[in-house]
Amino acid sequence: MASENPDRAHAVAFTLNGEAVRAHVPARMHLGDLLRQSFGLTGVHLGCEHGVCGACTILVDGRAVRSCLMLGVQADGATVETVEGLTESGRIRDLQDAFHARNALQCGYCTPGMLVTAAELLDDADAATSREAIRAAIAGNYCRCTGYHAIVDAIASTAEARGQGRRDAGRDAGLEAAE
Amino acid sequence: MSADPGGLTFLDRPNSYIGRSVPRPNARRLLEGRGVYVDDVAVARLGHVAFLRSPHAHARIVALDTADAKAMPGVIAVVTGPELAAVCTPWVGVLGHFKGLRSAPQHALALDRVTWVGEPFCAVVAHGRAEAEDALAAITVEFDPLPAVVDMETALDPATPAIHAELGDNLAFERVLNVGDVDAAFRDAALVVEETFQFGRHTGVCLEPRAILADWAAADGMLTVHHSFQAPHMMQDILCKHLALPEGAVRVICKDVGGSFGIKVHIYPDEMATCALALMLKRPVKFVADRLESFQSDIHARDHRVTARMAFSAEGDILALDMDDLTGIGPYSVYPRTSAVEANQVVNLTGGPYRHQHYRARARVVLQNKAPTCQYRAVGHPIATMVAEGLVDLGAARLGLDPLAVRERNVIPDDAYPCAGVSGIKLEKLSHQAALAKLKAMMDYDGLRAEQADLRRRGIHRGIGLAAFIEITNPSAAFYGVGGARISSQDGCTIRLDPQGGVVASVSVTEQGQGTEGIIAQIVATATGVPMDKVRVISGDTQATPYGGGTWASRGAGIGGEAAWQAGKALRGNVLVVAGAILQADPESLDVRDGAVVDAGTGTERMPLAELGRIVYFRPDTLPPGVQPEFVATRHYVPKDYPFAFTNGVQASYVEVDTETGFVRLLKHWCVEDCGTVLNPLLVDEQIRGGIVQGIGGALFEHCLYDGEGQLLNGSMADYLVPMAGEMPDIAVAHVVSATASSEIGAKGAGEAGTAGAPAAVVNAINDALAPLNARVARQPVTPEVVLEALGLI
Repeated sequence: MASENPDRAHAVAFTLNGEAVRAHVPARMHLGDLLRQSFGLTGVHLGCEHGVCGACTILVDGRAVRSCLMLGVQADGATVETVEGLTESGRIRDLQDAFHARNALQCGYCTPGMLVTAAELLDDADAATSREAIRAAIAGNYCRCTGYHAIVDAIASTAEARGQGRRDAGRDAGLEAAE
Repeated sequence: MSADPGGLTFLDRPNSYIGRSVPRPNARRLLEGRGVYVDDVAVARLGHVAFLRSPHAHARIVALDTADAKAMPGVIAVVTGPELAAVCTPWVGVLGHFKGLRSAPQHALALDRVTWVGEPFCAVVAHGRAEAEDALAAITVEFDPLPAVVDMETALDPATPAIHAELGDNLAFERVLNVGDVDAAFRDAALVVEETFQFGRHTGVCLEPRAILADWAAADGMLTVHHSFQAPHMMQDILCKHLALPEGAVRVICKDVGGSFGIKVHIYPDEMATCALALMLKRPVKFVADRLESFQSDIHARDHRVTARMAFSAEGDILALDMDDLTGIGPYSVYPRTSAVEANQVVNLTGGPYRHQHYRARARVVLQNKAPTCQYRAVGHPIATMVAEGLVDLGAARLGLDPLAVRERNVIPDDAYPCAGVSGIKLEKLSHQAALAKLKAMMDYDGLRAEQADLRRRGIHRGIGLAAFIEITNPSAAFYGVGGARISSQDGCTIRLDPQGGVVASVSVTEQGQGTEGIIAQIVATATGVPMDKVRVISGDTQATPYGGGTWASRGAGIGGEAAWQAGKALRGNVLVVAGAILQADPESLDVRDGAVVDAGTGTERMPLAELGRIVYFRPDTLPPGVQPEFVATRHYVPKDYPFAFTNGVQASYVEVDTETGFVRLLKHWCVEDCGTVLNPLLVDEQIRGGIVQGIGGALFEHCLYDGEGQLLNGSMADYLVPMAGEMPDIAVAHVVSATASSEIGAKGAGEAGTAGAPAAVVNAINDALAPLNARVARQPVTPEVVLEALGLI
């Protein structure tokens, strides 16, 4: 028997989907379990709990992170966003629409992690958006249902639309400056 | 590419959704992280169960001390096999129509002997999973290891001990089929080719692990089970039988299911134990497999060794096929579908696309001390397809013929149907010739061959592989029911018109992501005349849906869809009778379109359905005398004229083999398949693509590795490779449409065609690439090591 109670809780405070939250976390509890069990964020899906499948991917301080590979106590002071937060903020609405239109999901279990990974890729305006680049970017997220083709299509069409939007915005800004 | 809409004219109602690429209504929920998988269900007083699993492939349990574990904090109960057996009776996985099939009684928790690494034999229920696992570590067990039967090649040797002494040996099932005069055909052949094919064990790797939450409410005598499962009514029936409960006392709910692929249609000891524990403890208990448990205890599949010969004429006619299949299934035939079905399908399907008349096949199914195997996506099909298609390519090469031309020459002609396949299977209507022609054009076969030859001259080794196949779909009662298994082959749909003019359709076929709820909504909208956004579909609840089989063997659209079509038509008929009475019109002169009763001839609106609903439900006093509205209609459907709706297809793979490293790069993949009426091209194409990638997994990556002692060597996702986006090619899909005349909607199944044909296409492509180097591979998965061995480099 270990001398220390493994369930002894530690106080943490962090920003979760835009709200300031506090929790008491057992030292051994990973962030994925904390988000699911203490905050009811069941969009965080646990597929393997050893960092391989990508289903539990969330954003921590803006970067995609495997929530099963990070302890809950490590979230102290961080900014954490899950698929629920990304949905409510509308930040990935176009991406979700593209997934829906293209049927880029079947069982939906990998989908939150896949969306978060794609969101990070698409946030980088300079990111290459070839099919190969998209395939490489999502190569850490298992999808057992779709065969990936539709997912690549959906991310590519979102990247194309956002790129067009940025070009339009740049052109409009240029016109205004000229006037 | 989408289906030929010409095949849909009989369904082309004014507001038909059938054949259109309509997005799935339920997908939005999943895209927002609002799915409800079993582990998301919140229940008060929940106990979490963790299982103590065997570390030995075969051992006697001499002593088991649970006292320390029982005293651990948070522990609710520690239960052993004999204790649980008082609540849950054992089962035996046999079918009456598989003559001679044998297995032994299997308990939810092993009693005194464990038979594979991972078999559960003791359970801890605690307030949290972590506490339950802490307590597992405090249990002491004394084992007496027994000899393990690991190698299926030696499992039948007299020197090998029988896993179950009462069976005498390890042969679970044997089937021999002998058609025509095989010996004469081989004797007279211009060419005979032979190969031994080895198929590694692999497993489903559903991203959501198996999960079950059982809640026993003693006060009202109700066991509610939330289950990540494909066949809720089957589970209900089995729980009633083995827990001694009446049918009405068990409700099984399968809401969102995170992948299944046949993995979640079997009876698992740990899941039965979870339900029994809920009864014993009179509180809810949840089990969610962790990934190691998934690899150790989800069913495996495909562990086969097949030696086969094919006889050819000098012109390239296939004359005869002779094969011997040996397969290992673990220590028990899995209940209730049995583990003999895969080998039986290999016998039924091998060479199925071709018109030869001489066929001999033997299949032997042996017991071994490894995880049990059973039905997984495309049961037996990848093996049957690989064996025949591998031999066809060998024959073509030896005869100096083009492999596509040999297939065109030998497939059963499109105008020959209905007919019987060489194994005796009844084939209603297939389209091999049309599919081959479409594939040839789609992939620019001749152009690709020219490119391949050009690159070969520059030292780049690319290969083109082809695979024609048939697929069993829409199974009737002939599959399981005749063998005594209580697995429903019929399905039902109940549709209710609500006061606002929308409909609720509840169906017994289930949703695991393939789009069942979407296609049912399309069919119901088309049949009733209600807009699709006013159709709500309910599935996966034994208390809320008609009785049925659920989703397996590619039957959701073809069987559940036809039930929905018939129910929708019946409801529309009922609506028109009442509308006719109110409008003083002949019901025959009316129709329902876009949510309104209209004049059938002109399309002029006569009355919105919402107005009809208002009158019927809230002012029935104003209805004409004698009019009794029945705005609920139920219909059931099961195919009767054919035991199965066979489908067909052909796949092609283009690969590049690095002859220094052995790595295979997939460049492109094509599939032409015929699933009858294509209800939604968006969904069908993604089913095909997903299936292909699972097939590629078996061909190149996936392998449950055991050592000589029966220890599983790769029980994590880091060690067990599945296809990832970076390695997969783009996949082109096209269809030929031969609607089945067995039903009005004409849909056959599409869920397994991709997995059925992909491995053979990929392996044939590898062998085509290696041909100039006089190397061949015949062992799956074709890892770089296998390629380098074939090249003689290691």
